[in-house]
Amino acid sequence: MSKELIRLRECCMAFDDEQVLNNLNLYINDKEFLTLLGPSGCGKTTTLRIIGGFTTPTSGDVLFDGVRINAVPPYRRQINTVFQKYALFPHLNVFENIAFGLRMKKIPDPADPSGRRMVKLSEAEIAKRVDEMLEIISLKGFEHRRPDALSGGQQQRVAIARALVNQPKVLLLDEPLGALDLKLRKDMQIELKKIQQQVGITFVYVTHDQEEALTMSDTIVVMDKGSIQQIGTPEDIYNEPKNAFVADFIGESNIIDGIMVADGLVQMYGKKFQCVDSGFAPGEPVDVVIRPEDIDIVPVEQGQLSGTVTNVTFKGMQYDIIVDFRGFKWLIQTTDHSPVGAKIGVKIDPDGFHIMKKSQYSGKFGDYSSYSDEYDELSDLDTDDESGEDAAEDESHEE
Amino acid sequence: MKNKWLAVPYVVWMAIFVVAPLVLVVIYAFTARSGGFTLENFTAMGEYAAVFGRSFFLALIATLVCILLGYPLAYFLSREGSGMRRIATMLIMLPMWMNFLLRTYSWMSILENTGLLNTFFKSIGLFALLNRTFGTNIEYFHMINTQGAIVLGMVYNFLPFMILPIYTVIEKIDYRIIEAAQDLGANSRQVFRKVIFPLSLPGVLSGITMVFVPAVSTFAIPRLLGGGMVTMLGDLIEAQFMGSAYNPYLGSAISLVMMVIVLVCMAVMNRFGEGEEGAVVL
Repeated sequence: MSKELIRLRECCMAFDDEQVLNNLNLYINDKEFLTLLGPSGCGKTTTLRIIGGFTTPTSGDVLFDGVRINAVPPYRRQINTVFQKYALFPHLNVFENIAFGLRMKKIPDPADPSGRRMVKLSEAEIAKRVDEMLEIISLKGFEHRRPDALSGGQQQRVAIARALVNQPKVLLLDEPLGALDLKLRKDMQIELKKIQQQVGITFVYVTHDQEEALTMSDTIVVMDKGSIQQIGTPEDIYNEPKNAFVADFIGESNIIDGIMVADGLVQMYGKKFQCVDSGFAPGEPVDVVIRPEDIDIVPVEQGQLSGTVTNVTFKGMQYDIIVDFRGFKWLIQTTDHSPVGAKIGVKIDPDGFHIMKKSQYSGKFGDYSSYSDEYDELSDLDTDDESGEDAAEDESHEE
Repeated sequence: MKNKWLAVPYVVWMAIFVVAPLVLVVIYAFTARSGGFTLENFTAMGEYAAVFGRSFFLALIATLVCILLGYPLAYFLSREGSGMRRIATMLIMLPMWMNFLLRTYSWMSILENTGLLNTFFKSIGLFALLNRTFGTNIEYFHMINTQGAIVLGMVYNFLPFMILPIYTVIEKIDYRIIEAAQDLGANSRQVFRKVIFPLSLPGVLSGITMVFVPAVSTFAIPRLLGGGMVTMLGDLIEAQFMGSAYNPYLGSAISLVMMVIVLVCMAVMNRFGEGEEGAVVL
């Protein structure tokens, strides 16, 4: 892509004693749609607020176009923000909300040849630019409405217009679609991407919705616990997750313990499987990611592995099937129905495996046992008692 | 349906103790001493125009002073941490837990010619200094029994009623709205002028109502701090009911007129509050 616009260098942030950001390094290119993705509390909003100038990092540098802007207040940055829940001015109508930034602006007086005298924008200029914005967000005729007389989607669009009318270099968006219903959210995703391409500026987008991130972004930054877990294109992030956290957070993943036997050969469940990954030490323990849609169900005798179906959920486009492979439960997405209790075989192509190095997240994600347990508890009350006994037994063993 | 009946005691209370007296006041206001309908009570009021004027003027001054003192305090209070806010709110409320008369009496002893303040000035040699410099011969500042003392008493007693509503409104302003204004290029002065102040106007309006109305009709404060030298509406009305001038018909008429003027003032102010140019109020 094009040149670098924003860089965060070794940014740390702590509130009281709590470390919110850990040594964050990130650069953002001009005209890029970059998404900060992660669960709540991962530091993504803090990162956004640092870029916007609402908080100053405890240590580290924020560079804009190569200039350090740590101490520059928000109102002097060429950055505008679309806030969570929009934060429209309740005492101003739509027109005045959008015109707010323009009224704050001062430009060199065209009548003054030295160019040093600053004047406000003319009312005609303001009206023209607000009008253009209303056109883009298709809210013409709503100029005199108060924000509370608008629907959520309309408020959303006013908030975007209010930021874009200032022609910022960067637009920051803090979970802007969080309050909208699913249908509207999907429409707005496409709309936002369109607007971004139309105005040709950098968008930095914060969300916890992985699907939203995959749909809109040029680059996704996956964050957890104040650290960046992976940076990459949506395809990279989905196909080549770096660790169990990323694999689990983006889409559905079965994550199984394995051992790398040699390049292109991984061992799990005591069996060897062909894969396409390489670059691991022979005998290195690894996490193996298998996406639910990459698994084919075949008759037992043709399968690489065989297991028992423990739960089937109809999802419209496909069935979500939970299959027990020697105590470890997998999620398989398939268009074929298999009944609960059936013995099935599975087949996975070599490029269906993705091998990851072990990390702090190994063993925490990618097992669908809890998924089917919940289901069992609902269908069979006895299970509850049994699991209680199991737990008691486990405890006595430990003692 | 069931809940509706819970309101009955209050409705009855209102009917007996609010509506009925109001009706009585209206009836009395149009009744002559000898009985029978008359407008004389209102035509006779002309001679009290000065009292009306003075009452509204002093109440207005007190309200303005309350805004000037109370608004900044409420504003800075709302930006403090929660601990500081709790302590400050306590301190603001504290005087109100003391008896109203006691509070006002204590101002008397502060402001008297031989009161605390004058004694203090004397002891630091202020009067001696002034007399030497200007060749005057003063022994005390005349503070008690002046209009200034009355305004001071009003401000002191009613200031919390200005601070608290403003504080409540400002505190409730979503910080994201303020950040949005900063984000759109407003510096802190502009943020205040364009966002915080207009959004705080409802608080200012209810503060004005809560200060101005009791200030207009107060009679204890002018009695104690004005020493009877400055007659205000409250004293006038009281004199018609309790005092030597006993004439409840005239008293009712005066209260009625005062009530109407106050209502008109409030209506006009609320108009401004609702309009886009809310700042006109100040």
